[in-house]
Amino acid sequence: MSATASTAQPSLFAKLWYDKNNRSIVVQILATIVLIWFFGSMVLNAVINLEAQGRGFSFAFLEQPASYDINQHLIPYSSRSSHLQAMWVGIINTLLVAVAGIILSTILGFTLGVLRLSKNWLVNKLAYVYIEYVRNVPVLLHILLIHGIIVHSLPRTKEAWNLLSDTAFISNRGLFMPSPEFLPMFKFVLAAFIGAIVFAWLFRRFARSLQARTGTQLPVFWVSVLAIIGLPVIAFIATGHPINWEYPTLKGFNFQGGAVIRPEFLALWLALSLYTAAFIAENVRAGILAIDHGQTEASMALGLPRNRTLNLVVIPQALRVIVPPLSSQYLNLAKNSSLAIAIGYMDVTATIGGISLNQTGRAMECMILVMAIYLIISLTISGIMNYYNKRIALVER
Amino acid sequence: MNESANTVSSTERALGESTIELRQMHKWYGEFHVLRDINLDVKSGERIVVCGPSGSGKSTMIRCINRLEEHQQGDIIVNGTELTNDLKNIEAVRREVGMVFQHFNLFPHLTVLENCTLAPIWVRKQPKAEAEAIAMKYLERVKIPEQAGKYPGQLSGGQQQRVAIARSLCMSPKVMLFDEPTSALDPEMIKEVLDVMIELAQEGMTMICVTHEMGFAKTVADRVIFMDEGQIIEENVPEEFFNNPQSERTQLFLSQILAH
Ligand SMILES: Nc1ncnc2c1ncn2[C@@H]1O[C@H](COP(=O)(O)OP(=O)(O)O)[C@@H](O)[C@H]1O
Ligand SMILES: [Mg+2]
Repeated sequence: MSATASTAQPSLFAKLWYDKNNRSIVVQILATIVLIWFFGSMVLNAVINLEAQGRGFSFAFLEQPASYDINQHLIPYSSRSSHLQAMWVGIINTLLVAVAGIILSTILGFTLGVLRLSKNWLVNKLAYVYIEYVRNVPVLLHILLIHGIIVHSLPRTKEAWNLLSDTAFISNRGLFMPSPEFLPMFKFVLAAFIGAIVFAWLFRRFARSLQARTGTQLPVFWVSVLAIIGLPVIAFIATGHPINWEYPTLKGFNFQGGAVIRPEFLALWLALSLYTAAFIAENVRAGILAIDHGQTEASMALGLPRNRTLNLVVIPQALRVIVPPLSSQYLNLAKNSSLAIAIGYMDVTATIGGISLNQTGRAMECMILVMAIYLIISLTISGIMNYYNKRIALVER
Repeated sequence: MNESANTVSSTERALGESTIELRQMHKWYGEFHVLRDINLDVKSGERIVVCGPSGSGKSTMIRCINRLEEHQQGDIIVNGTELTNDLKNIEAVRREVGMVFQHFNLFPHLTVLENCTLAPIWVRKQPKAEAEAIAMKYLERVKIPEQAGKYPGQLSGGQQQRVAIARSLCMSPKVMLFDEPTSALDPEMIKEVLDVMIELAQEGMTMICVTHEMGFAKTVADRVIFMDEGQIIEENVPEEFFNNPQSERTQLFLSQILAH
């Protein structure tokens, strides 16, 4: 290239490196290549070493019988089922405790966060003490403590607490409840329920258009609640109670029949929820405090009552502050659920990442599976939360 | 300001009933006696400008009028309703009293139009379409109808303050309170806000306005009130107030203001 040409036209390097957009693309491509090379060579290395030891890298073991028991399985499972089936049972148990934990911790966390802002001294300080105690003790200890309380302080099977005259029992082996068997007529109850939801939706639309035309506001929330609860109840009675309850009964050393919530699930669920709720409470408190008091004043100066001010002005804005840290609390909860193994709750870590791994010696394969599963769960949670966060984001200039 | 506007304020206008009455009103922040023996009677259609050094209690006084602050002694009567702890009374008073803040306090999560229709829809139970039509009318009056779909964060300070004025007007208030509406604005935006306020005054709105814009006071005020250390020190028609201040503190304050 001649000297004149090179001064007139920037070199390829300059084009790629000194242009803001190009540079970021180049950097991303380079980083991806380095990452793939790094992990690729590690896996390759491991595979070669395993080959050398005569144990090829293979997932064929998933088809072999697992030959261990899992007491809580929501899908068919016995010790003759495959490791793959055991993994699915584990995944479902992980999801169950994670979803239930996210729901309970959110409810508790928002409540505690608001209580923490209460002007009532006692309420405020109680919430404060709770939050400080819970979030400063490792979650594993909470799990062990609650499990210990359930197992040691609840009565043994023989002395189980009898609730509602022989319908439900609490012992140190769990909460035993009647399980429903749905008779054919139950489909009318289901239909009434769906009908009520459709009705509520239509009613909401009607109420909106009525508001737009005349300004009248209908109690949409209460009418919907009434319809969604009331209609199925009426259908239930009209079709003559189309549910057969199977009651738990004491047979031998434990209760048989009915449904059961086991102490391991209960302990893990409560511990994860109580622990995460303390962090969420702090996020909620910070979120509400972050909203300038001028917002409340402007709203009240317009004549909006306090509850409307909270619902229409403060909370929508506070959510924008609360949601990003909330996502990481949900992620923590999902990942902390792997501590299940400490009390023998058979989640994905305890099944495929625990017993299956030990029995087959397929550490590499099992760990890859477990990691992939947690990755998928976590990415799903952050995907949902990011979507929600974008939807409520503020428009700035 | 201009001559024609000046004549409006000096014309004898028939003033109506008392809209706001403060009688021997006192307020404390803890031990601190922030307002001492405030007496003020504002007739319907009257325009009052309140000035005084920073920290003299001007904001506190007008915030007592819509109960953003609570007074401890004396009476405050607004539109014939006495302000007590009765929440229904407080809300009733707030519906009729508009307030414009120094820092606008627009709702950032709502569009300009939604800012203006929120209270009419939820408090006045206006149909949405009607509320929007009224809001557009006021946005036109403050000369920013084209910004209706934008969010407050996308507007300049002057535009935001005009939206805040429109938002208050949408409730058709009987009285408007302004707390230093231009002091957070860049100089080139002050005029656009003052113009809106002058127009509002000329249409007969009852106004209490805390401001140091002396031009505005001369143009529209029926009375200027000077406060210092929680007390009303002096009260007069603008001409007398500026040309012939009685107390030493007023003279000192005016000399400082005019020195700028
Ligand atoms: N919430 C409060 N708590 C305690 N003191 C306050 C509070 N708000 C204002 N003050 C004090 O009351 C006095 C009057 O304040 P303010 O009415 O804002 O004055 P101005 O608006 O005239 O500048 C000031 O000395 C201020 O420090
Ligand atoms: Mg002030």
